[in-house]
Amino acid sequence: MNAAITPSVALIEPEHEVARRPSFKSRALHNRTFMAGAVMITTIVALVLLAPVIGRYSPVGQDLLHTLSGPSALHWLGTDELGRDTWSRLLYGGRTDLQVGVLAVIFPFCFGVFIGTVCGYFGGRLDSTVMRIVDVVLAFPFYVLIIALVFFVGVGTHGIYIAFALTDWVVYARMTRSGTMVARTLDWVAAAEGGGLSRARVLWRHILPNTVTQAIVYSMSDIVIVILAVVTLGYLGLGIQPPAPDWGSMITDGQNFLQTDQWMAIMPGVAVVFTGIALSLLGDGLADILRPE
Amino acid sequence: MRRILLSIPVVLGVVVVTFLLLRLIPGDPARMVLGPHAPESAVAALRRQLGLNLPIWRQFWAYLYALAHGNLGTSIYYKAPVASLIAPRLALTGSLVLVATFFAIVITVPLAAFAATRQDRPGDHAVRLFSLMGLGMPKFWLGIIMIIFFSLDLHWFPVGGYGTTLWQHLYSLVLPGLCAAFAIVPVLIRSLRVGMLEVLGADYVATARAKGLRPSRVTFVHVARNALVPTVTLLGINIAYLIGGTVVIERVFALNGLGDLMLSSIGVNDFPVVQGVTLVYALGVIVVILITDLVTARLDPRIRLK
Repeated sequence: MNAAITPSVALIEPEHEVARRPSFKSRALHNRTFMAGAVMITTIVALVLLAPVIGRYSPVGQDLLHTLSGPSALHWLGTDELGRDTWSRLLYGGRTDLQVGVLAVIFPFCFGVFIGTVCGYFGGRLDSTVMRIVDVVLAFPFYVLIIALVFFVGVGTHGIYIAFALTDWVVYARMTRSGTMVARTLDWVAAAEGGGLSRARVLWRHILPNTVTQAIVYSMSDIVIVILAVVTLGYLGLGIQPPAPDWGSMITDGQNFLQTDQWMAIMPGVAVVFTGIALSLLGDGLADILRPE
Repeated sequence: MRRILLSIPVVLGVVVVTFLLLRLIPGDPARMVLGPHAPESAVAALRRQLGLNLPIWRQFWAYLYALAHGNLGTSIYYKAPVASLIAPRLALTGSLVLVATFFAIVITVPLAAFAATRQDRPGDHAVRLFSLMGLGMPKFWLGIIMIIFFSLDLHWFPVGGYGTTLWQHLYSLVLPGLCAAFAIVPVLIRSLRVGMLEVLGADYVATARAKGLRPSRVTFVHVARNALVPTVTLLGINIAYLIGGTVVIERVFALNGLGDLMLSSIGVNDFPVVQGVTLVYALGVIVVILITDLVTARLDPRIRLK
């Protein structure tokens, strides 16, 4: 049936040339916000991946003869109370935090977009049930729920993944649902349905491409939120467990030496802020680029 | 009244979720509390005390029944009713949230107005960079920086604690309040700036300008008044995030609030307290959102008519 329709559509010649929108790549290259974010995030990822080469020390190797030393040629950012190299710990800590941040967003993104699309398109009892669940999850203060979940499920990386899998999908679901509800009233969707396409095909090829961009843009700020939460949990001792390096627990360690060695608490925070700015710029840029004309 | 009725299912859902939290523990909660070396008889006794030997629907029924009588359970560590542990700490956390909300409004509104009236000029970019930095900043880290700068270097504020008199209370809540406010200030500024830009483009603003009103009068009377409703709505949406942030901030500034109770109970595996505190936080958020709903309805008659 589809095969029969396709050629006849192709036969209709456009009567005049429509000015084409520049390609995604060209729009991206000309968007300063996006490029700034992209350059920053590439730098961070490169640094973090090159940690074994440029870290120069093991992130967990102790040197009890050189504890709490200030920045020097040997230790660029100094050492902590166990003589561990701060620069190396910063790089390896970034590795863990970025990885956990990105991985923790994948399931909520996929599940939220899926359930949001289904609810927005079909409505009905499933829709109202899911939306009540969304309301309940959003009634909890974000950090209270995350801390409680991590405590009950079990402290550490796997607790973080479960906590975010249970809670973080609601924003994607809500966003995609309202996007889908708008999209299904549009003419081309009606045309696709009228043309006899299957529901799955309409959802996948005609609705999802229009709703998923918003979710992708949001996922950038979501990664920032998750990384902040991971760092915060680490600070509270509920996140990534020592001796594995993590920006949050590095700040906890540094807090004990605020009177004398302030850089210990400051440096990991600067790394978090830099990462946050990079991802936010990337998200803002993407929003500009992907915005329909 | 209708709004209050609408929040009943959410309250019920919140109760169900806090009840289910306990089921998330891998293995036996009683064993988790007492540790791997406790004798089996002690574990069995605690299991009975917590009602874990009953079928799950009866446990839920007992939980609901107790809640309806204001009983949030008994602390394992303090051996006292959870409600009696929570009550004395509510005032501190409540004032912290109030102070933080106050700061959030006082910082957001002028900055957003400043940025919106200078769209795409240096002032606007500066405010946007400011909110961008705030978005990616861990608030507990900001608190530490504030302690280093304002308390250790300048000696303006105490490093932590709450003091004893009302004046000391307020004084010691300045830094934590600022810090908690920054959890939502960046988001508020970004949204309010966009909202104000829309209002600035509206016809009645052009009219106000055309009849020769001073620019400051246009900004504050015509623009700000109409941007107020979206601000309160936004505040309602984000207040949950702010309240959640205070848990960590209480830890940074050594304040004995609800968040401190939650974190210290986590440290000793006292899960009835963790459950109870989580429930109280969620109920608090529901009440606050209800209030902002009522306030927006008062500010904007159009919403009331819907």
